[in-house]
Formats: sequence, C-alpha cells, structure tokens
Amino acid sequence: MKLMQHLATAALALGVATGAMAADKTKVGFIYVGPIGDGGWTHEHNTARLAVEEHFGDQVETTFVESVPEGADAERAITQMALGGADLIFTTSFGYMDPTINVAAKFPNVKFEHATGYKRADNVSTYSARFYEGRAVEGLLAGKMTKSNIIGYIGSFPIPEVIRGINSAYIQAKKVNPDVQFKIVWAYTWFDPAKEADAAKVLIEQGADVILQHTDSTAPQAAAQEKGNVFTFGQASDMIEYAPAPRISSIIDNWGPYYIERTQAIIDGTWTSTDTWAGIGAGMVGIGEITDAVPADVKEAALALKDSIASGAYHPFTGPLNKQDGSAWLAEGETADDGTLAGMNFYVEGIEGSIPQ
Amino acid sequence: MDLSSINPILLLASLMVAATPVLFAALGELIVERAGVLNLGVEGMMITGAVAGFIVAVETGSPTMGFIGAAVAGALLSMLFALLTQVFLANQVASGLALTLFGLGLSALLGQGYVGVKPPSTPKLDLGMLTDLPVIGRILFVHDAMVYVGLLLAVAIWFFLARTRAGLILRAVGENHDAAHALGYKVVRIRFAAIAFGGACAGLGGAYLSLVRVPQWTEGMTAGIGWISLALVVFASWKPGRVVMGAYLFGGVNVLQLNLQAAGAAIPVEYLAMSPYLITIIVLVIMSADRSRAPASLGRPFHASH
Repeated sequence: MKLMQHLATAALALGVATGAMAADKTKVGFIYVGPIGDGGWTHEHNTARLAVEEHFGDQVETTFVESVPEGADAERAITQMALGGADLIFTTSFGYMDPTINVAAKFPNVKFEHATGYKRADNVSTYSARFYEGRAVEGLLAGKMTKSNIIGYIGSFPIPEVIRGINSAYIQAKKVNPDVQFKIVWAYTWFDPAKEADAAKVLIEQGADVILQHTDSTAPQAAAQEKGNVFTFGQASDMIEYAPAPRISSIIDNWGPYYIERTQAIIDGTWTSTDTWAGIGAGMVGIGEITDAVPADVKEAALALKDSIASGAYHPFTGPLNKQDGSAWLAEGETADDGTLAGMNFYVEGIEGSIPQ
Repeated sequence: MDLSSINPILLLASLMVAATPVLFAALGELIVERAGVLNLGVEGMMITGAVAGFIVAVETGSPTMGFIGAAVAGALLSMLFALLTQVFLANQVASGLALTLFGLGLSALLGQGYVGVKPPSTPKLDLGMLTDLPVIGRILFVHDAMVYVGLLLAVAIWFFLARTRAGLILRAVGENHDAAHALGYKVVRIRFAAIAFGGACAGLGGAYLSLVRVPQWTEGMTAGIGWISLALVVFASWKPGRVVMGAYLFGGVNVLQLNLQAAGAAIPVEYLAMSPYLITIIVLVIMSADRSRAPASLGRPFHASH
C-alpha cells in the first residue's frame, strides 16, 4: 500500500510539474481506445493529432494515452490528463461518453470533445462523421461483388453508430442485389485481432464472400487474404496494404481539419460547445481507392453514388423504407432526420436476426 | 435460425487453431508456477514473441525460424523478470506487471516497420493417409505442426512433472523452497530455468497468433490472451491435462458462439459472447472440487540466507 501511495504522490507531482511548464502553450490531449498502430480507427485519430502538431508547431503541445479501456478506467485516464494541464481533450471512442461528462463536470475550465456520442455539456462538444454515407458505397460494392449472396458483417458493439452502418450498407446492397443476405456477428470489442480474425473466418466458412467490418484492426483483412476469393473494405483507415484484393475500397476517417479548427478555437478563445456531424461532402469521410478487382461499371456506379451523397442530392436513408418488423418508417422520398439516425436502434426490413439489447 | 450453415468439421478444426496460443502460454506459466514463481508478465512475453517471431519469419522467409526466434525472444525477456525477482528479490507481482507493460511497449517499437506486411505462410503438416480419413482426418490432421507441438508439449510436461526425478525436484522447489534448498537443490537456478521455459512457451503462443491465427503484426494484438492463460492455469489447478481441456474448451466455445451468431441462433448474443469465459470457469471450478491447491511457495521470495 505504501508503494502505491508513493507512486500516487510521484504521479501527482509529475502532473503538477508538467502542468506548470506548459502554461504558455496550448495543451491538447487525446484518449485512444486502441494502440496507435492498430492500422484503423486509432491510427487515424493519431494521424490527425500529428497534423495538429505540424500545423501549430511550438504553439501547441499534444499528449495521448492509448489503449484506454472504455468504462471506469477511462475516467481515471481523462482525469489524469486534465490534472496534467490539458486545455482541450479529445476522447475518441463511444464508450468514453459518460466518463467524459463526469470528468468535465469536475474541470469546468478544460474543454472536452467526445467522438461519436450524444451527451453534451457547456464544456463538452460532440463530433462524429457520417460513416453511414461511406457504408452506403460499401453496400453497393458488396451487393455487386458477392457471388454467394451472403455478406458477412463484423459488428463491435450494438450501438446506434454500428447499427446505422449495417442498415445503410444493407439498403444499397439489397437495391443492386435483391437476393443478398447479411450475416452479422458481434465481437463485443473494438480491437482484438485474434477475435476479429476468428469472426471473419467463421463468416467465410458459413458462405460469406464479402466481409464488412466495424472493428478497428486489419485482422479480418488478413483472414480474408488467407482464405482467398473474399472481398473486404478498409475500416476507418485506408488499409491499402491489403489492396487490390481482398481490400477493394475503404472508408477513411479524416479528423485532421476538425482537430486543427477546434484547437485554433481554443487559442482564439472562441471555443463553444457544438455538435458536429460531417460526411463525405465536408471531407470528414473519405472513400479509399476502388481497386481493379472491381469491374469498371460497378466502380462507376459506386463513384456516382458517392458523388450524389457528397453533393447532398441523395440521402442513404431515403424512403420508402420499413423497419425490420414491417412497420412503416420512411414514406416515398422522405429522408431520415438526424435525431432518428443518432439514436438508431432498429434494423431495416430484410435484415435477419435481432439487435442485442 | 439455420444451424445447417455451421459445418461441424470446420468448426472443430478451427477450434484447435483458436486454442493453441492460450495452450502454449498456459503450459509455460504452469511450469513457472509449479516452481513457485508467479510471473504476471505472460501478456508481455506473448506480444514480444509475436513481434519477434513475425520479424524473424518475414526476414528469413521461414516460419520455423520465426517460431524459434519467438521462443528465444520470450525467454530473453523473461530473464529480465528472473533477474529482478530471483537475484534482486523484487516483488513478483510488480515485476510481472512491469514486464507486461515493457513487452507491450517494446513490441510496438520493434514492430513499427512490419505493419501490413504479409508473413510467409506456415505450411500444414503433411500427414498423408491420416488426412484422408473421413471426418476425423479433416478435423484432426489438417493443421500446421505447432498445433501438435502444443499437445505433445502438454503430454511431455505431464510426464516430466509426474514421472521424472527432475520434475519432482521442480515441484519440491515450488512447494517448499527452504526444504529444497536444505536438500542441496539450487533453488534460484531451477527457477531461472523454469521462468525461461515459461517465457519461451509464451513467445511461441504469441508467434502462433501473428504467424498463423491472424496472420499479421498489429500493435497490442494479443489483446488480453496472456491474462486468460494466467487465469486458466489457476482454474486448471496447475495440472497440464486440465490446461489442455480448458484451452480447448475456451477456444471451442469461442468459435462456436461466433458460429451460432452467424447462423442466427435464437440465443441472445450477450449470453453467447460471455459463454467462453463462463463455461470454461464453471467446468474447471467443478473439476477442481478435489483437494488440488496452489504450490505452497507460489509468489514467495527466496534467498539462501533466510
């Protein structure tokens, strides 16, 4: 116990010391859910952090903590960062929502930015990207590319973010291929390469020849490559090292411009609590190169869909759409409102299985 | 629900692959703990083995060299722990935790240039006639050599502990190091050897992940498997047979639950997701209702002058 006390004192002293030293610099902290080398989600957040460093140079100092578990431990990590003198803290995973709100209440002078959540406060902004726009493009490609008509989907946690992606992909896949069927596996982790690889293998063994993933590592890509004749998509990051096959395209998260903008607001003293939700049009969601494994006409259709979403001409959730139980959701030509999308907890008609509650 | 989409042969075959990393790491830790040392650094040694094996395999083009490299790297790293705990008498729990943190950091550093690289594929062992056996052949005899090495290792460890003089000495050191010392056995030397063996096994388990099961290098890719191996040793009451059973049960239920999910079984996914942990713990706890217990000197520091 004594040792723990000493350590705690030392940590506190260290925190105070660095806090004092960095008084003249704007200090920006990042909390990551996976390692920065995951090749996916956290990798992109870290790339954006480096972009902030490069943009501001000596004006700004950044720190990060990686592989922070969602839940109680996150609160400790965020508190530590706030104690360390951070002016702005980005908490980059859905599960940090309540911890961020809790810590923010204790540090009214520190600004917080929580990714993909829906709870805000005076010093907590939320931001997310409309990944579902990218999912629509993936869905079209998947529906066209599958020969077995079975598409595997590796989900992480059954949260609106992930469910939205499944629905969006399914709607487009169904449109171009009425016989398509989705097999969904929940991994209950954002990052566990062995489990993600197992999930991919199971889906392939059960007949899937296109795999979509909503987990952060490149393990499903490796599993698909090993099995051969299976197509995948890069998730969060380009994952170009698996191109031209199995990876035939990707959704790329581009957080850099947003992080720079928000850091600038801190420096200028203009920061306010906002809710940002940007998509392909604003450049927050990128579609990675569609490889030559995809026939030219399919590629063209996918790019056309991408462009129409980017320009706002088409919304991936456009009626007529029914919910899974057959009840009407969107009428002909009607588009989903952001509130419904943000809290989406139902499958659209045609998807089999139920969402874990 | 369409359970017919689950192919039992493929399921059982992938079970063996899924169980192997845990099996290696847990067998190594079993020897370490039977020698009276608690090394919580399994996760760190596994991930170091994973990256070292990957690097060696990529550079030499030979998975065999990769596995050897992984074993060496795991053993080397464990020597750091041995030095701290056996020579400088540092606290074993703290040193083990530190080893895990160190291993995770070191592996991330070493592996930087290897993200996205494809390792040479580990060949399936050619068992000729055996593989052609109906059903059984396609479950049991379609794997790479390491799957069988893991099982043989379990048998060898059982034989070593139960039937050899050296095994008896190792157990004596773990049960009562003062008595073993009084009898003239080199307690520290024996524990060094046990820790090195544990490190080598953890390294092999890690390399199996990065070279066969996934196969790729990703930072932090063990994602807690080392901790599961540690728990498994305890629940298996420090018995090699039960470690094999536990590892296969854990791997098996894990693959099965993913299969059931994909097939759309009418069981809530939450229960499926927790089932590998739950079932493994329940079965092993029931089995350990006999009077098996931890080695008496487990985790206690030893110095000849005491």
